[in-house]
Amino acid sequence: MTETEAALKALMLLSLDGDAPAYRLLLSQLGGRLRVYFERRMRDASGDVEDLVQETLMAVHTRRATYDRAQPFTPWAFALARYKLIDHWRRRKVRVTLPIDDYVEVLAAYAPEPGSAMDLDKALETLPERQRNLVRDVKIEGLSLAEAGDRAGVSEGAAKVALHRALKSLGERMRGRADG
Amino acid sequence: MAVRTDDLIDQLAARPRAIPAGAVQRRFVGVAVAGGLAALVMVLAWLGTREDLAQAMTGRMFWMKAIYTALLGVAGFWALERLARPDGAPRKALLFGALVLALFVGMGFGQWLAADWEHRRSMMMGGSWKVCFRYILTLALPGLAATLVVLRGMAPTRPALTGFAAGAFAGGVAATVYGLHCGESTMVFVGTWYTLGVLGTGALGALVGRWALRW
Repeated sequence: MTETEAALKALMLLSLDGDAPAYRLLLSQLGGRLRVYFERRMRDASGDVEDLVQETLMAVHTRRATYDRAQPFTPWAFALARYKLIDHWRRRKVRVTLPIDDYVEVLAAYAPEPGSAMDLDKALETLPERQRNLVRDVKIEGLSLAEAGDRAGVSEGAAKVALHRALKSLGERMRGRADG
Repeated sequence: MAVRTDDLIDQLAARPRAIPAGAVQRRFVGVAVAGGLAALVMVLAWLGTREDLAQAMTGRMFWMKAIYTALLGVAGFWALERLARPDGAPRKALLFGALVLALFVGMGFGQWLAADWEHRRSMMMGGSWKVCFRYILTLALPGLAATLVVLRGMAPTRPALTGFAAGAFAGGVAATVYGLHCGESTMVFVGTWYTLGVLGTGALGALVGRWALRW
């Protein structure tokens, strides 16, 4: 997640100086993450996902002067996405509340480049089987914690704790690999 | 969906204009100058400056008033600089504004309570309490409108609070300019009526902002 933030922020700083290739890369990287973010929150209206991705990318473009270079990039971009999502629901008269920092899981789950997906597979293999299945079920197949818990035969709460531990050790393993 | 997302990205990334650092602050400074000038023109052409202006400017109270209202405007500016961003946290700015207000109003009422009973009414009401609120609000309207227009191009996600900050910002600037016309010289008068003028502009900003600041 922090690597993603560092990369996206670097691209954003280049973009603000007028670097077109960096900007194109930033928008497409961000677009993929936004798609995951909206898909997870709009299972019942998946036809609108691409519209929201585009609306958010437009907002990033026209309102990019409001990005503060001293601050991290992803909270800024996903605050725009969250506003667009709430606005979308408001227009459809649905009242919801969204936590401000829930995009973090998207960044954690998103693995766009084939290289890093392979690394992820390798790192997954090193986890105990139960943890590995849990990560696959929730983070890759997109099951809810309750569903994944049912599969593994544990409660939702236990699944949540186990998943947290699994992601933590997975992160440590992948970092270890990058350092070594 | 009319466009493919990849095509949209190609369009947006075709020739990105460079954005200078501090673009947000610069725009609000521009608005403050424009709003201040508009208020100045209204004072000169409509209300007139106070007759003893040159002499008053050598006194302490003239500057106390100006510094108080200018600081309220600064608090509004600071809050806007945060609220114009989708993830901006305005807490410190709002706290600063509340502190400035509480300090000045507290000192004003302290003086007022310490004064003789028969002076209190004239200290509080002065000669212009009926028009003070209305004049400050009117002088602030051009600045408020300009601030809201600028904000619509930014990314505020809390429309009512952002509108309030816009009003406090424009109201602070206008009240400072209004000091060129208004001859009142007690702290309790300024603490009451000027404060109401600035907060009233803030309330108007919040009301308008609720629908004007959606994007």
